[in-house]
Amino acid sequence: MTGLLLKHGRVLDPASGTDAIADVRIVGERVAQVGASLDTDGADLLDCSGLWVTPGFVDLHTHLREPGFEESEDIATASAAAAAGGWTAVCAMANTNPVCDSAAVAEMVWRRGREVGLVDVFVVGSITRGLLGETLTEFGELFASKAAVDAFSDDGKPVADALMMRRALQYARTFDAVIINHSEDPDLTPDAQMNEGAMSAVLGLPGWPHEAEEVMIARDLILAAGVGARLHVPHVSTAGSVMLIRAAKERGVKVTAEVTPHHLSLDDRVVAGYDAVFKVNPPVRSDADVAALRQALADGTIDAIATDHAPHPVEQKDQEWEHAPCGMLGLETALGVVVDDVVAPGHVDLLTAITRLTTGPASVRDLGTHGHGLTVDKPANVAIHDPEANWLVRGTELHSRASNTPFEGRTLSTRTVHTLLRGRFTLRDGKVQ
Amino acid sequence: MRHLISIRDLDADDITRILDTAEEFTTPAGEPARKYPTLRTRTVCNLFLEDSTRTRISFDIAAKRLSADVINFSAKGSSVSKGESFKDTALTLDAMGIDAVVIRSASAGAPLLLSHYLDVPVLNAGDGWHQHPTQALLDLFTIRQHFGRLDDLHVAIVGDVLHSRVARSVIEGVTAMGARVTLVAPDTLLPPSLAPWDVEITTDLDALLPELDVVYLLRVQRERMSSGFFPSSREYARFWGMNVERLARMKDRAVVLHPGPMNRGVEITADVADSDAALVTDQVANGVAVRMACLYLLLGSGEPQQEAA
Repeated sequence: MTGLLLKHGRVLDPASGTDAIADVRIVGERVAQVGASLDTDGADLLDCSGLWVTPGFVDLHTHLREPGFEESEDIATASAAAAAGGWTAVCAMANTNPVCDSAAVAEMVWRRGREVGLVDVFVVGSITRGLLGETLTEFGELFASKAAVDAFSDDGKPVADALMMRRALQYARTFDAVIINHSEDPDLTPDAQMNEGAMSAVLGLPGWPHEAEEVMIARDLILAAGVGARLHVPHVSTAGSVMLIRAAKERGVKVTAEVTPHHLSLDDRVVAGYDAVFKVNPPVRSDADVAALRQALADGTIDAIATDHAPHPVEQKDQEWEHAPCGMLGLETALGVVVDDVVAPGHVDLLTAITRLTTGPASVRDLGTHGHGLTVDKPANVAIHDPEANWLVRGTELHSRASNTPFEGRTLSTRTVHTLLRGRFTLRDGKVQ
Repeated sequence: MRHLISIRDLDADDITRILDTAEEFTTPAGEPARKYPTLRTRTVCNLFLEDSTRTRISFDIAAKRLSADVINFSAKGSSVSKGESFKDTALTLDAMGIDAVVIRSASAGAPLLLSHYLDVPVLNAGDGWHQHPTQALLDLFTIRQHFGRLDDLHVAIVGDVLHSRVARSVIEGVTAMGARVTLVAPDTLLPPSLAPWDVEITTDLDALLPELDVVYLLRVQRERMSSGFFPSSREYARFWGMNVERLARMKDRAVVLHPGPMNRGVEITADVADSDAALVTDQVANGVAVRMACLYLLLGSGEPQQEAA
């Protein structure tokens, strides 16, 4: 046997429940062997002592911005950021220009992802044409396209009309597709700027009440249960949302949910200086919400960590809070933030956190063999991380075109050093290939 | 004190120093206003990104009585809508060599942002629903002038606290000086949390009246009616409007303040507005002295020097 031997790393593989020092041999595109002290047998050696070896991460929620908003990001720069963050699969959100509501746009995004070749780009189609909430996107056309779209979202906007949402859930069953509804009742959030609470009271900014998210999630859970369809709840941000999802799962509703690293890490006190880099939808919430989200991640109420990576150029963020757009970078800081703010304080164990970055999101839609572990004969989608990298976050040094990270100036312990997509390095020694 | 952005940045000593300085700048009754040479050669820019006549004129007069040159930069709506970013507007002012900026903006936080872009003092003349610190200072000055003290008073702030930068500043200023604050409003007009402040709340103005030293009425914005914050100006006036019957149930020395402009017949009846208990014109007069004090403390040095007007 030849190939590449990942030697003596801490292998964290949710699929097999492994958390042990082991070797992984990769031959060609596939995992050939996993075990303790494998023979070198002519393989190239990669010393992984002191490093963590995990499956490549899977992001359910990524704004690649292409087509239409290339001043913020494009598929090449986002793919580089993804590789640098340990991701081997990302799901491109539909709110591009033109909107991803046709096979032409879906295939363009999918094809461009393959051309760049740094990460597998899976496409999310819009639920309604043009994100207008008026007519359904042709789910079948997108599903039957080369992009094989089986997830639909108007992310950034909710499907406000309950009847439209109900029909979207029903129609999606035709293709066993999942509906991802941005959970916000717009009637409750006119001019909303930040989480509603003590901070918004002091700062004089109109608030997003937590009820706005919870009312929409409650509606969607009832509708999904009623028609027996699958619902995925993106970027859960409140303790009340967690309770609703937990209760729905207990009674068998087909629901999955994700949380972002920033909602697991930051609370609304960061808004005190009116720095719009912290402006995001849904907003960062209270410390009690953060605690509930960490608990939900630990107990499985929340299935996945997703970045909601949302680049914006500096000139749009560097203005009055109310004029700045919502969104923040996430791909390259996700692991470090989760490790330092969720795992290190003991809220979630490391293998569970890796599960929520890999097999968890892979359970939400069909992502091929992504997220399914370091399994012999399966494609070698692998990421290797240094838990003692102690790196300083600088937005301008990240691979994204934009620099709007809310973690600017923080030192994070953990950083991905190598990423392999089907056995080929997309990141090697910290350098995107 | 480097900037004046929020009352929260001031403690009781800071506030007292500003009020004492304003006292120096007050014109005794019957005398012509004095002019001081203190800020000669200094240029103050009034950057008004939201419509305001009263506050802009008050700052304008204050700067001129200190012999500063004043430039007025007005732009309706956001600077962004004109195609120039807020940051570029700030850098343009900086390049022109101004010595202080007085900013009014519809955007909460804009003065703080401006203070990051500029090296010169920034005075907040009102930002969104956030703060209007010179309004609170002139109110404190007016209350102190009337009662001779600020501690051990009971102040009710009545009306639309939620949407009011004046209310936030007055709450913080009055409590910092040791007075008691009760907010009087229906829940729809209160901020989502009162945890940040040491205040009491009630919906019942009538029950509170005999205890009060000051009733501070907030301006009713009529567009709030259509949004369901309260049903009608008629109902508002019935429960929270100040009228002579209510005034008669207050202490003899009790006073009524209003930041203006008043909606006569809604939050205040005309007879109350024109009564001796209403200190509204004192507030306006004191506004000039208080703004002179703020400009002086941020820009000047040494003691005020008087020059014949």
